[in-house]
Amino acid sequence: MIGPAHYLGVSALLFGLGLYGVLTRRNAVAILMGIELMLNAANINFVAFTKFVDPTFVRGHVAALIVITLAACEAVVGLALVINAYRHLETVNVDQVNLMKG
Amino acid sequence: MAQLAWLVPLFPLASYAVLAFRGRALGERAPYVAIGAMALSALLGWGAFLEQVAGAPPYVWRAVWAVGGERTLTVGYTVDPLSSITVAMITLVGGLIFVYSVGYMRGDPYYARFFAFLSLFCAGMLTMVLANSFLLMLIGWEIIGLCSYLLIGFYFRRRSANMAQMKAFLTTRVGDTLMLVGIMALFWQFGTVDYHAIFEAVREGGESASAVVRLGGWEVPLATLSALLVFGGPVGKSGQFPLHVWLPDAMEGPTPVSALIHAATMVAAGVYLVGRAYPLFFYTPHHEALAVVAWVGTLTALLAALMALAQDDIKRVLAYSTISQLGFMMAGLGVLGYAAGLFHLLTHAFFKALLFLAAGSVIHAVGTNNIKEMGGLRRFLPVTFWTFLAGFLALAGVFPFAGFWSKDEILLEAYHHAPAVYALLSATAFLTALYMSRLVAYTFFGTYRGPAHPEPDPWTPEDYARAGLHAPHHGHGTPHESPRVMTGPLVALAVGSLVVGFVGIPGTGPEGGSWIHHFLKFEGFKEAGIHAPSFSWPLALRSLGVALAGIAVAWLVYGLRAVPSERIRAWVGPVYPFLRNRMYIDALYGWVFVRGGLLLAAGLRWFDVHVVDGLVNLVGGVTVVTSRLHRLFDTYVVDGLVNLVGWVTRGLGLLLRPLQTGRAYNYILVAAAGLGLIVLVSLWRL
Repeated sequence: MIGPAHYLGVSALLFGLGLYGVLTRRNAVAILMGIELMLNAANINFVAFTKFVDPTFVRGHVAALIVITLAACEAVVGLALVINAYRHLETVNVDQVNLMKG
Repeated sequence: MAQLAWLVPLFPLASYAVLAFRGRALGERAPYVAIGAMALSALLGWGAFLEQVAGAPPYVWRAVWAVGGERTLTVGYTVDPLSSITVAMITLVGGLIFVYSVGYMRGDPYYARFFAFLSLFCAGMLTMVLANSFLLMLIGWEIIGLCSYLLIGFYFRRRSANMAQMKAFLTTRVGDTLMLVGIMALFWQFGTVDYHAIFEAVREGGESASAVVRLGGWEVPLATLSALLVFGGPVGKSGQFPLHVWLPDAMEGPTPVSALIHAATMVAAGVYLVGRAYPLFFYTPHHEALAVVAWVGTLTALLAALMALAQDDIKRVLAYSTISQLGFMMAGLGVLGYAAGLFHLLTHAFFKALLFLAAGSVIHAVGTNNIKEMGGLRRFLPVTFWTFLAGFLALAGVFPFAGFWSKDEILLEAYHHAPAVYALLSATAFLTALYMSRLVAYTFFGTYRGPAHPEPDPWTPEDYARAGLHAPHHGHGTPHESPRVMTGPLVALAVGSLVVGFVGIPGTGPEGGSWIHHFLKFEGFKEAGIHAPSFSWPLALRSLGVALAGIAVAWLVYGLRAVPSERIRAWVGPVYPFLRNRMYIDALYGWVFVRGGLLLAAGLRWFDVHVVDGLVNLVGGVTVVTSRLHRLFDTYVVDGLVNLVGWVTRGLGLLLRPLQTGRAYNYILVAAAGLGLIVLVSLWRL
């Protein structure tokens, strides 16, 4: 029988992977990919809790849909930024994008 | 004329202003201004005097000067017999002295200044005489004191002149201060300084007049006390004992100054004031104030005559003689001889001015003041000799010269009212004849000895150069007679010394009395039932005999040398140095007041340097030490705190700076670590 712990375990693993990606990668695109993973880990949580706690009104699904939309927007803006940064600085390495450091 | 009398002091004042500001430009013409002003004053003064002679009532003019509360100060002038005859005397004698000065001071580099001071003096003197209140009198009184100071020190390069002028000013100041206190007491008592109001009040003896003050255990009538305090002024100004010491030294001034100020007018101001304020002295319960005046005068007359015997400086002999005669006047006023004392003032002005001017002529001729270095001058200076002789006979009191009449009046009054005073004054009259004969014998008789030490020129060549003059040659061969401008006034005064006394001849006035007695009368005598003693031949002959005896003794000693003066000197032993050294009174004052004053000043200086300065320095030292402490506190505590705040901030900054890397993943790492921490904590709590 698959219980909530399984869902949450997968979710936590996925979040950990995403976090690891964000922390270790220097490539801006890879960081964005890590963020996507973490968002999806959250989505898994929402959906899993809906299944066990609120099957009637499925309010968690709604939240998951909003997060997906938000993730799409985030990817658009993030990638646009990365492309722009690359055009100006010829790099996507976040360590070298430090124009604003005083 | 009396209505114009206010102009009398103003002419000399204007002359002073002109000479003070334009004197140098006027140069040799300066005396014309001064003499012109005096002539105008004399004209008005004599006009007012002759009006009074003709019987005009006394004229008083007063105006409000200042109002303070209920008291009013008035200012104005009085023309009555006393003031008008004094003004007449001052303008006449003063004018003659001005003329004489033209010759005597010719060639002096400060010619105009001399006449400026003389003019200011006359302005002050005439103000003082015409004043109708103590206040205006005091103003004139102080002006003449100032001029006396300025003129004694006229030869300002001479140290002796500087000392003499200071001595004169400071000594008279003692009396003047007493007088000022007296005037303030009168103002306090009567609420006015007006002569008329005060004299009326003391005559009626009302409530304010009979106020008493307690001094120690005695009850003293305030009016008597005020009178005695006011008398302090005359004691100083008229050289009365014990404030007589300045007058002989005042002879440092030019001789016309000695004649005008220190013989005829200023020193007589004190006598005049006593005469003016006579009611104040008379209406004391038993005439105590007058008794004081009489005895001070008698003592002064006698002591000064004794001192005159042993002096060798021609002007100093005359100065002591002046003191002595002023004492005569005071004594005369004191023994109820109101007219007698004032009459002697008038006659004395003539013959003493004459004697001084003649002495000036002698000094001019021989270049020394020492009578021992003169001799036989009657051949070289005939006019000076004969005029001096006239002055001498008048002073000695020989019939029919002026001094005989006036001195006889005083002796007559003294004989009737105070026999002891009469005896002493008779002795003084003998001494007067004696020392004056000695002076005449040394100066005009015998052989000419010539000065061993001629007086040095008082001015430096620079003084002459600045005035555009040449320094005069001082090589006296044989003495020569003075110019006409000097002998003229001598002759005029000699005539005056003879005829002025005639107004005192009995029978010239009503009721067998003399004219002067009728003219200068004090109303209080009649009310009090005091009658002036009538002229008596025995007394007059006795005083004449005394004078002639004095002359005869002097003739034996100094003329014929029957008994040489050296033998007398050896015979009297220490008396001669005692008299010669002015009875050591000057030395005593020098020790007590001058040295005492210097000692006090030195003591005060020590106190200042050591105690006052010490305190100031202590305060300074304490301030320095405390400010050092403050500085330490400031440096280490206040600045330390400020720096500490800085250091702490800086350290914290240094500590925290590594956290702010600017790399997003660092922050995320921290956030993740925080998340991990939260997770761990929640797990642990489960």
